[in-house]
Amino acid sequence: MLTNTPRLSRRSFVIGTAAIGGGLALGLNVPLGTSVVRAQDGSPEITAWVVIRPDDTVVIRIARSEMGQGTLTGLAQMVAEELECDWSKVTTEYPTPGQSVKRKRVWGDFSTGGSRGIRMSHEYVRKGGATARTMLVQAAADGWKVPATECSAANSVITHRPTGRTTTYGKVAEAAARLTPPADVPLKDPKDWKIIGKPVKRLDTMGKLTGAQVYGADLKLPGMLNAAIKDCPVFGGKVKSFEAARIKGMPGVRHVVPVGDSAVAVVADTWWEAKTALDALPIVWDEGPNAQVSSATIAETLKAGLDAGQAFVNNQNGDARTAIAGAAKKIEAVYAYPFQNHAPMEPMNATAKYTPDRCEVWVPTQNGEAAFAATTAASGLPADKCEVYKINLGGGFGRRGAFHDYVTQAVLIAKQIPGTPVKLLWSREEDMLHGRYHPVMQAKLTGGLDASGNLTGLHIRLSGQSILTAVFPQMLQNGMDFLTFQGLHAKGDFALGYTVPNLLIDHAMRNTHVPPGFWRGVNINQNAIFLECFIDELAHAAGQDALAFRRKLMTNHPKHLAVLNAVADRAGWGKPAPQGVHRGLAQMMAFGSYVAACAEVSVSGGDKVKVQRIVCATDTGHAVNPAQIERQIAGSFVYGLSALFMEECTVKGGRIEQENFNTYDSMRIAQMPQVEAIIMPSGGFWGGVGEPTICVAAPAVLNAFFAATGRRIRTVPLKSHGITMV
Amino acid sequence: MARLTINGRSIELNVSPSMPLLWAIREQAGLTGTKYGCGIAQCGSCTVHLDGAAIRSCVVPVSAAVGKQVTTIEGLATGSTLHKVQQAWLEHEVPQCGYCQAGMIMAVAALLKDTPKPTDADIDAKITNICRCGTFQQVRQAIHAAARA
Repeated sequence: MLTNTPRLSRRSFVIGTAAIGGGLALGLNVPLGTSVVRAQDGSPEITAWVVIRPDDTVVIRIARSEMGQGTLTGLAQMVAEELECDWSKVTTEYPTPGQSVKRKRVWGDFSTGGSRGIRMSHEYVRKGGATARTMLVQAAADGWKVPATECSAANSVITHRPTGRTTTYGKVAEAAARLTPPADVPLKDPKDWKIIGKPVKRLDTMGKLTGAQVYGADLKLPGMLNAAIKDCPVFGGKVKSFEAARIKGMPGVRHVVPVGDSAVAVVADTWWEAKTALDALPIVWDEGPNAQVSSATIAETLKAGLDAGQAFVNNQNGDARTAIAGAAKKIEAVYAYPFQNHAPMEPMNATAKYTPDRCEVWVPTQNGEAAFAATTAASGLPADKCEVYKINLGGGFGRRGAFHDYVTQAVLIAKQIPGTPVKLLWSREEDMLHGRYHPVMQAKLTGGLDASGNLTGLHIRLSGQSILTAVFPQMLQNGMDFLTFQGLHAKGDFALGYTVPNLLIDHAMRNTHVPPGFWRGVNINQNAIFLECFIDELAHAAGQDALAFRRKLMTNHPKHLAVLNAVADRAGWGKPAPQGVHRGLAQMMAFGSYVAACAEVSVSGGDKVKVQRIVCATDTGHAVNPAQIERQIAGSFVYGLSALFMEECTVKGGRIEQENFNTYDSMRIAQMPQVEAIIMPSGGFWGGVGEPTICVAAPAVLNAFFAATGRRIRTVPLKSHGITMV
Repeated sequence: MARLTINGRSIELNVSPSMPLLWAIREQAGLTGTKYGCGIAQCGSCTVHLDGAAIRSCVVPVSAAVGKQVTTIEGLATGSTLHKVQQAWLEHEVPQCGYCQAGMIMAVAALLKDTPKPTDADIDAKITNICRCGTFQQVRQAIHAAARA
């Protein structure tokens, strides 16, 4: 069981069949009626979210996945807040997807992406805690034969106020678990929160310091074999033939198997043996219809979309084309954003064990339910014969959410070796060649200014890939992919922060054979560059200060404006910067949160950029754990600035050219700017944390680079312009 | 066959001398705290100490470790007492996903052995591990804290 315990080592992740197999399953015999549901160790479940052990340990169930973003700790804070338990006694565990199926999704959605972990489950997890608290108090009152209204709970202790008698959660848990849960328990007023909003320590740090934490790639099962795989490097291609006989005698090799119609795997005693043999295996590919596609041909396809007559209109008011045509000054610019790989530090992997009666999968996943669906589909077994155990993730960033191709592969391999657990681990090269890439997009932005420099019309034409078309076509709205417009919507969680009298934002969908996917931030990343750099261009063309120009357009968007003002004030916008330092601004709304950044850069030799400092502000509505929000902001800037300066997956011969970190680089500590976070929750809503801030780093830096050099860069990454990060 | 000393324990391994030390550590010695990230010495997730010096074990053959002391993340603490770098990491809550952190901690421990009071420039020059979660701000704070400890 993945159990995070602050100070109880005996519950830490133990490798062995008991812990890995049976131990992961919760309430294996879920009874009907009102009898008690029990955890593996026999402790009673009060609600689906809370198990109380006799020693007062509080086990909080977490359905979402922890991949570094801190959601496990944040969700536990939410339950503990309402439960009124002793935070030092809190530990957590993941329910399994198989149990979720059996219990009619009592834990709700497992999907951990789109910065949804907390903002989409805050109400029901708090209710899970509040309901459990009410039952524990009632049980104590029943024992004392007093009204529950005379009793109160704090710090896992229940007190009968008139007499001062006390008892603990551990003592009344058995009785509480037998009570019928009350229907609608009120939640606390935010002003009374004691744990939510506090920078409490993460629950999952220790195992990451000692090597004890087991990631998917580290899993060991009795009798397990290891698999390495090669899928056709050209997307859409197939295996034509392979010569298994050539490697069968190599050390450790047990099996050489086809995987679907496009891949081959070598299964050996150790992964190193499997990979060594796979590298020696002659494979002939049928590269299929996409073998001639290149970055250049894809760019041409997108370029044609910039002026195409047909496009999906998402946000429109007034008549932008007419306003721009009649403007005193017309400004136009074309921007472009490349394919990028997620490149989490832990390559894709999954472990599967198959028999005709049962299929089990152990996998680091952002979405246990999607992994479960992949398991049932690939195994061909019904849901009640499948189970998925979530293992710690070495990063996710979207790659491990909607896509479980590695689970499908692991099951297809295991099916050919029934009864033997097989761990499939991708090489870094396989991971780079078989991503679900950040979509490729171009944009033509056209703006009209009147004689006073006011923006009278704006047209943003996007041309490029649609993630939904490739991944969830059922979510398209009359063919339109609304996610393409993240940050540019008229209203909602991704609302544009400017009011323009004549506005048109549309998308000419141009899909490619390179599969797109969700990526940290995803479409806000390019949309923030397009919008916020072009706003800077317009301000410059109008001869106005970039902040003053924005403020005029933001009077109807006070929350957007508040975060922008906050970074401008903190950074000293309008005041002299240190010698050689230049500033740039950006703001956006994404995943329900308002974000802004002011970057300070210095440039030497015209192309060596030092990002000195970035001041970032975010209004997340409620801020559950400010210490973790700070870390997410700084971390998102590393991901976003690596993408800006260094990362592009180019296509040649239908395949991705970059195979490892030597050609697909990532920021190092020497390049890290000083990041100052302003967390300014205004209350009343729940915004996301993991992703929103990523999108403002790049445009703020690009605008600062323009301020420093007078050079406007409109295509990513900067390395392709000879610009490096120092 | 090769005899290695890992975390003070002598282990006889039936492996090719050309096998990367990383895989001997992970799959033969069974110590999975040392991570595979790239296999070409770019990311540093596989950093261990060889006679006290930080090396990227994914490109060092087993033969190069024979007769030397290999220390992995599992051998950094003294019994239940964390190494001062681990302690600083705990206090500053450095890890996010944590996958790269074993390599990062081993690289920092070696840095502090050679340079007990590193400057920011020393850190920039010597700590070149990749962290995709982007923990660098906390890493730098924790290095300075460990140096003061």
